[in-house]
Amino acid sequence: MDAIILQTLNGLDKGSAYALIALGLTLIFGTLGVVNFAHGALFMIGAFCAVFLQRILSLSTITIDETQKDFLGNPLKVETPYVHNWFGPETGSLIIDWSVPLAIFFAIPVMIAVGFIMERGLIKHFYKRPHADQILVTFGLAIVLQEIIKYFYGANPIPTPAPDALKGAADFGALFGFDPNVIIYPYWRLIYFCFAALIIGAVFAFLQFTTFGMVVRAGMADRETVGLLGIDIDKRFTIMFGIAAAVAGLAGVMYTPINPPNYHMGMDFLVLSFVVVVVGGMGSLPGAVAAGFLLGILESFASTTWATTTIPGINQIIIYLVAIIILLTRPRGLMGKKGVMED
Amino acid sequence: MSKSNLTRRGLLKTSAIAGGGLMLPTYLRAAAHAGFTNAPQGDTVTLGFNVPQTGPYADEGSDELLAQQLAVEHLNGEGDGGCLNTFTSKALKGNGILGKKVTFVTGDTQTKSDAARASAKSMIEKDGAIMINGGSSSGVAVAVQGLCQEAGVIFMAGLTHANDTTGKDKKANGFRHFFNAYMSGAALAPVLANEMGTDRRAYHLTADYNWGWTQEESIVASTEALGWETVNTVKTPLASTDFSSYITPVLNSGADVLVLNHYGGNMVNSLSNAIQFDLLNKQVNGKDFKIVVPLYSELMAAGAGENIKGVLGSMNYNWQLENEGSKQFVKSFGEKYGKPPSNSAQTCYAQVLLYADACERAGTFNPCGVVEALEGFEFDGLGNGKTLYRAEDHQCFKDVLVVRGAQNPTSAYDTLEIVEITPVEQVTYAPNHPMFGGDEATLGECNPGA
Amino acid sequence: MLGLTKKDFNLLLIVVALALLAPFILNPFPSSSGMAQFNAGYPDLMQKFVIFGIFAIGFNILFGLTGYLSFGHAAFLGVGSYSCVWMFKLLGYNVLPGILLSVLTSGIFAYLIGIVSLRRSGIYFSILTLAFAQMSFALAYSVLSNPKFNLTNGETGLQVYADDPQIFHSASAPDLPHLFGLSMRATEKLQIGGWEFQFNAGYYLCAIIMIVMFYLSIRIFRSPFGMMLRAIKSNNTRMNYTGLNARPYTLAAFVISGMYAGLAGGLLSAMDPLAGAERMQWTASGEVVLMTILGGAGTLIGPVLGSGLIKYFENIFSKINSTVLHNWFSFLPDGLEDLMVTLIYPFVGKGWHLTLGVMFMLIVIFLPGGLVEGGQRIKRLFTRKKASDTAEDETAKSTTPAE
Repeated sequence: MDAIILQTLNGLDKGSAYALIALGLTLIFGTLGVVNFAHGALFMIGAFCAVFLQRILSLSTITIDETQKDFLGNPLKVETPYVHNWFGPETGSLIIDWSVPLAIFFAIPVMIAVGFIMERGLIKHFYKRPHADQILVTFGLAIVLQEIIKYFYGANPIPTPAPDALKGAADFGALFGFDPNVIIYPYWRLIYFCFAALIIGAVFAFLQFTTFGMVVRAGMADRETVGLLGIDIDKRFTIMFGIAAAVAGLAGVMYTPINPPNYHMGMDFLVLSFVVVVVGGMGSLPGAVAAGFLLGILESFASTTWATTTIPGINQIIIYLVAIIILLTRPRGLMGKKGVMED
Repeated sequence: MSKSNLTRRGLLKTSAIAGGGLMLPTYLRAAAHAGFTNAPQGDTVTLGFNVPQTGPYADEGSDELLAQQLAVEHLNGEGDGGCLNTFTSKALKGNGILGKKVTFVTGDTQTKSDAARASAKSMIEKDGAIMINGGSSSGVAVAVQGLCQEAGVIFMAGLTHANDTTGKDKKANGFRHFFNAYMSGAALAPVLANEMGTDRRAYHLTADYNWGWTQEESIVASTEALGWETVNTVKTPLASTDFSSYITPVLNSGADVLVLNHYGGNMVNSLSNAIQFDLLNKQVNGKDFKIVVPLYSELMAAGAGENIKGVLGSMNYNWQLENEGSKQFVKSFGEKYGKPPSNSAQTCYAQVLLYADACERAGTFNPCGVVEALEGFEFDGLGNGKTLYRAEDHQCFKDVLVVRGAQNPTSAYDTLEIVEITPVEQVTYAPNHPMFGGDEATLGECNPGA
Repeated sequence: MLGLTKKDFNLLLIVVALALLAPFILNPFPSSSGMAQFNAGYPDLMQKFVIFGIFAIGFNILFGLTGYLSFGHAAFLGVGSYSCVWMFKLLGYNVLPGILLSVLTSGIFAYLIGIVSLRRSGIYFSILTLAFAQMSFALAYSVLSNPKFNLTNGETGLQVYADDPQIFHSASAPDLPHLFGLSMRATEKLQIGGWEFQFNAGYYLCAIIMIVMFYLSIRIFRSPFGMMLRAIKSNNTRMNYTGLNARPYTLAAFVISGMYAGLAGGLLSAMDPLAGAERMQWTASGEVVLMTILGGAGTLIGPVLGSGLIKYFENIFSKINSTVLHNWFSFLPDGLEDLMVTLIYPFVGKGWHLTLGVMFMLIVIFLPGGLVEGGQRIKRLFTRKKASDTAEDETAKSTTPAE
């Protein structure tokens, strides 16, 4: 029982990341009809917003401490972050410690700006082009973004821990009457799940309950008619691209304490997120979210010893196997619309 | 850089040679010149440095490349001479190899066997490289070693830890300076017994490919010899990024030690995930829960950050070693690049010098002469202490370091502290050990190529 | 001639000339000069050019004609490679059985994946093929290489060991892949002045096969079968309404292109007897998609050009290191030299991916039809007078890139 609950939690947690990335991807598919291979790179850039902020906050003055030696036997250069000088060591350390949550506020404007620039500068010119061209150009862009990050931050993962207060694990099971210390779950992973739920809820509410959202939904359904009605749908699509980029970026920021970010983390998620989107059904936002959680949970259960001894290698292939089964039984994925990207 | 090979004078010289050549079109068969592949022509000799420059191990590759460049400088008599001053063999004079200036070409393995072979081939076929060095995974090492054997050049394997490189897949033209999974197990076992007792229950998470399996096999064998019990061994897909679904079953499995047979990004993530689940603060069977990472590297330590505190593992080399060779190397490397060398950097540096030295002692670049000079060669002064290149399997035997993540590092470079230097006798095994292919595995004949 | 129109025949002649004279064409710089870095005329890279050319030609038969975008073609490449090495292990180092088996097994594999995947179209088809290929990759990398049932030898790659049966191996035959005794590694070197040209037996075997495959692909493009495939691309629904079942045609195209991929995989192993699992990874499938689009999807010669360009970048640009750059610019004053090196360095050596990415973007932005369109634009510049009558023909040939 405890194993099932733990794996469900793992699945929900993995699913949160998949769902957030797939949500952004579907927004772009659905509204703009663009296959965006650079979406994984947006996730990665979001994560590096956190790294960047951490580096900025840790900018240091260098003082030479004669009493200590560095590896060459020269006096040790001691680095004191500016924030320590400004706010005192305690507050200073606290600020650096909280750099990942702070990065959320930093990442939102950055990601929206990145999204706007991408859409206006590049993607806009590819609306009418074949999907193959879109794949090529966005894939090229993804490589370029990746390499730029690699140039500045190297290829090695960079530790970006959660704040001390949010480290460690909660005795989750005790809340529900289990024995203590049987079902423990890391605080940050619980936060990630709640955060993902919040973002997903916000996006849906935004599309459902605002006039802006209504127009965008109308545009998704029939772009030409909306244009004929005299509504500047292009501008709204640009904004949607910015929002999609921000969703991917926030997913990235919040992911950094779970796994230290590196420059190719976007590519690791890219293929998977496409599978999630397609399994969910092209152009369906609820489908993307549902598929994200479904595949996350199945992946978690497939990696249990019980599953791998029953079917060797199942943990390696589960996602793809499920994708094949779903696509063969439901022609347009879980909730796909007819006619979207079918030719 | 003003020290360049192509000076104006050199340009004149090459054009003169080219002009002369134009007048005399020659038709040569490949085998016609020297009796071995890529016999150096003219006054230079070319070495091929094949390291990962893209992909997750790019930083490790660039570290290797820095060390290789440093070695070339020292061979050519530039810089401070580095370990040429401490090396017990005095054959090298700082005038290149056998009087020929050392030049090098570089390539990108991408940490894929195909790409690594393509890049090594281009060095051999196009640039005339006579030795290939570098790499950061066992798959690549075995693939390139096989290629070098076929082509008739020497391969000095970079970072490769799987038993197979000098076991099942050993080749006469290949040498390994790095230690291996068996040695990790043998070196760690006494320390583990010392720190954790002989009554432990271990849970293994293992990267699901060749290296992971050999390491798991080695660690299981040496810990079970201590009296430990192995609760479970779970294979994790190489492509995994989130290990939570493999960590949670550990929680209530009754195990009190977690062994992570992972490397690189896999290890960084699995260790970070394990720490998130607060494993190190857990009490199981009345004992403190412990994590072991059998193979460490500086870059992995950097990637995992604070999570490595107190976690035990083993290494081929660490810059904090106090022997003469090590101090000299750290000084040369540190002064040039502003950071201490990593263990893969030291491996490649030592190998380039060793290869050069073997050529000098053999008096030829012929791979078979070099192989003969390296087989059974004993030396000191390259950083690892006293070292032997065993003739039977071309594995190098030296002390193995057991290290631990430091509690209070003073800088980014001393995040790992040396716990124990396990003497070489403890990690030595018979060449026909079953984990190393048994009696069937042979080196074959050395191949000089064309 | 050969059942081709004059135009196609000329194209074939160009390909033949390019393939046979490649050792000269790809080695334009004397080997001692600084520019020799850009020479690509060494056996391994020339082999890669033609082998990946075959791979891309085959892919184009599916994608260029029918518009079905397969994201799993690397699986067939991998299956072909493994089959060929298994023939080496069991029968001996003669490449012929290996290549034949690799075409056969990949054909069967493509048929099985094809009948399932082709039940869907568009992106659903792409993801199905991707899923099959990724499953093959994951299994080949780990489960299928366990000691009890070692089909692929996992991470290290499948290779020939001394204790393999090799029942037809004779002592006189070379201990490397050979064609009836002619070693694939046999290389004749011709030195003329500062130039050195290498003629490699393996390369010429691949080149001849590539020419045959190219010819075959022209015939397919111009056949009624090819017309049918184009019809599927332009309007599948209408095809269905006219009472034609498109599935057998697309399946045939899928199997043919899978066999091309298997052939390419077999040749890769024949040139270098080691088959690694990463040949099946999605990045490898993605690469052939990029090659085809980059060169010009739906054109005859485009895929070959695209594959050449990508392999060239991978093998040549990755080898330019800072020492090489310093040598190039050593004629400049020190400050300027360092500046030039600093400016260029991020794009070469370990930054070769960056150059590749930038190139993808530039080509697709400025040359929507890929490299072939670039060639046509240059041609049009020179033959402006005749532009009016050729223009129509050109557009017909270049075809709209597929979705």
